[in-house]
Formats: sequence, C-alpha cells, structure tokens
Amino acid sequence: MTPTNKSINHPLDDLLRTDRIPHIWCPGCGIGTAFAACLTAMKASGIDLEKTVMVSGIGCSGRGAGYVMLDSYHTTHGRAIPFATGLKLANPELNVVVFSGDGDLFAIGGNHFIHGARRNVDITVVCVNNLNYGMTGGQVAATTPLGAKTTTTPVGNPDGPFNLPLMAYAAGASYVSRWTILHTRDMTESIKDALLNRGFAFVEVLSPCPVNFGRRNKEKALDSLRLYQEKTIIKNDAHPSELDIDFERGVTLGKFVDIERPTCIDRYDATCRPPEMLEEEKAA
Amino acid sequence: MVLWRVPLDSEEIQTTIGIVHILEDRCKGCGFCIEFCPRQVLQFSKRFNTKGYHPPSVVKPGECVNCHYCEIICPEFAIYSVEDLTQSGHAAGPETEVS
Repeated sequence: MTPTNKSINHPLDDLLRTDRIPHIWCPGCGIGTAFAACLTAMKASGIDLEKTVMVSGIGCSGRGAGYVMLDSYHTTHGRAIPFATGLKLANPELNVVVFSGDGDLFAIGGNHFIHGARRNVDITVVCVNNLNYGMTGGQVAATTPLGAKTTTTPVGNPDGPFNLPLMAYAAGASYVSRWTILHTRDMTESIKDALLNRGFAFVEVLSPCPVNFGRRNKEKALDSLRLYQEKTIIKNDAHPSELDIDFERGVTLGKFVDIERPTCIDRYDATCRPPEMLEEEKAA
Repeated sequence: MVLWRVPLDSEEIQTTIGIVHILEDRCKGCGFCIEFCPRQVLQFSKRFNTKGYHPPSVVKPGECVNCHYCEIICPEFAIYSVEDLTQSGHAAGPETEVS
C-alpha cells in the first residue's frame, strides 16, 4: 500500500495559498498547528468566509496572513488590532480575525490590545505564544518565563512573564481562553467559540519554538509537547489571576471568560447615532 | 499486565478504519504525528524527501482508526486520513493494546 496520493488534496488546501506552501516556519514550530486549527475553526463555525478577513502583525506568526486564501492583511509591527478595529468599524459585516504572536500583540502592540479589549471591539484575537522573539533570533520577550535563557538573558530571565489571560480579562475582553498546540481539538473548539462570540475574543495558544527558545533551554520540540502533556492542567473558569506560566508548578489551560457585553459599535450607535437623532436628520 | 476491563459492547461497536495520506514533500520531519499517533501507525522512513527530511511512513496500515490527530497536529498540512469505506473493524479489546 502506498501512503502517498497526490491526486487527493489536504482538507485545508481550499483555504491555503498552496503555491506558498511549504511555509517558512521551522521544523517543530507549533505555529502551523495553531494556524491549521484556526482555519478548521473558521470552516466549522459556519461564518461566511467571503466576509472573513485575517489580519496579522510582524513576526513568525505574522506570516499567517500570507498563507490564507481569504482577504488578509499583513500590517505594521504591533498594529494588527488597530487595523482590525478600523476594518470592523468601516464594515461591521466583516468577521475579523487577528492572528499574531506574543511579541507583536503584547510587547510593541500591548497598548492596542488593552484598548481593543476595553472598547470590546467585535474581533477575534489568536495569539501564538512561543515565549520569546523567535524571528529576530530569540531575544527575551514580555512572555519569557522567569529564569529562561535567551540570547539577551544568557544567565536566565530575571523578570516574570506576562499573564496574558489576566490582562485580557482585566481590560474587558468578553472571551478569554488558553490552550497549547497539543490540545488541538480543544484549541479548535475554543477558536470556533471565539469566532462566534460577540465581542473581543482572545485565545492564547502556547507553542514550542525549538530553534530559538528550545535550543537555549535544552528543550526540543517534542520535549515542549511532553511538557504540555505532563505539566498542564485543564481548569475551565479558573480565575485569571491564577494563570501564571510556570512549568515547574504547572500551567492552567481552559476557557476562563465567556460573557456578553455591549460592543464598541453598539455603544457608538447608542451614543452618537440614537434613533431620534437619525429621524431628525431624515426630517431635515 | 493489562489492568483495564473490556467494554461489554466491544464486539458490537464498529470502528472505522482510516487510510493515511502523506504529502511527503511538504514534511519537515518534526515527528509530531509519529509521537502522538494513538496506534503507533507511523514511523520515520529511511528515505529523504526533496527538502532533505525524513517523512513518516505508514508501518501498520490496518491499525489506523481515522482519528485525524496526525492531520490536526501536523504544522505543515502534510498528512491527513480518510475513512476506508471498504472495511470496518470491531473496537479493539485490550489484548491488542499490549505493547
């Protein structure tokens, strides 16, 4: 039996720019898995893919926008969320998905993330967290765990990492979850729920970076996945303040917030375009 | 020694059999599919693909239960499984799980 059959295509090929595949992500990198899960979730959620756009910033995962066979935008560094906000406000019919990395969304774009969540813009943010700046050579990032070695912290990171779900929760996101690429089915379900959630939905995906993070911390890609298998605990509705990333103690995964609150457009319409004002304008 | 019990209806439950398709030239040899296949269906092959990686190959073709895990964990869009409609098996008891 020959396992290779090129006449049949991969089930996701219709959403991929196959002429650009194989992609640039390194062997063992988890971004491809997160990206595939995102595409599967888009298909499974039943949203109109003609009215779905993907926005990404700069970094390894920022390349995602270039591989998807939808309208997609590769924006400047850190500005994926402001760009997505603009898209959503200009055309509220669109389903806007931001697919980007931790450095782009939380270091240079940290403020944009906070204010996107505060306004509760109706977009979905998928953040691939590989715990360092992978594309530029493995420098310390805002999400690097305490004590981890990187190019710029050769003896270990003296600072603690960002707790991304806590930040999203505190800023007012209406859907917050965290999964790893090993929990692929849960992650896909979660991205699907996030797409269908009305409001600012945030999914953090932990992903190995064997070439830049793993190499300096003696952690091959499969070691990272084993760590995800052994050192994680699924605890839905855990309080976001308990979600620090510390693989010694264990990392909590799950869905933490799923609420409904007025979105940016709802509030804008209620404040700046109340029905009586529109009627007055029509009469005039 | 196997410590778990055989489900009472294991003879009646039909399992699907899958056929694994590998797009070898997309593979970068990360080994995720081989490591996490619940039936250990896959193994690294000795040959190289055009990029110089060892793609996986199917070593136990009849064992695949079409769970699609290799398909969803593959970061390269290089592997997928489809149901083999020509045959179906019974849910395997623990006898076949002994390693």
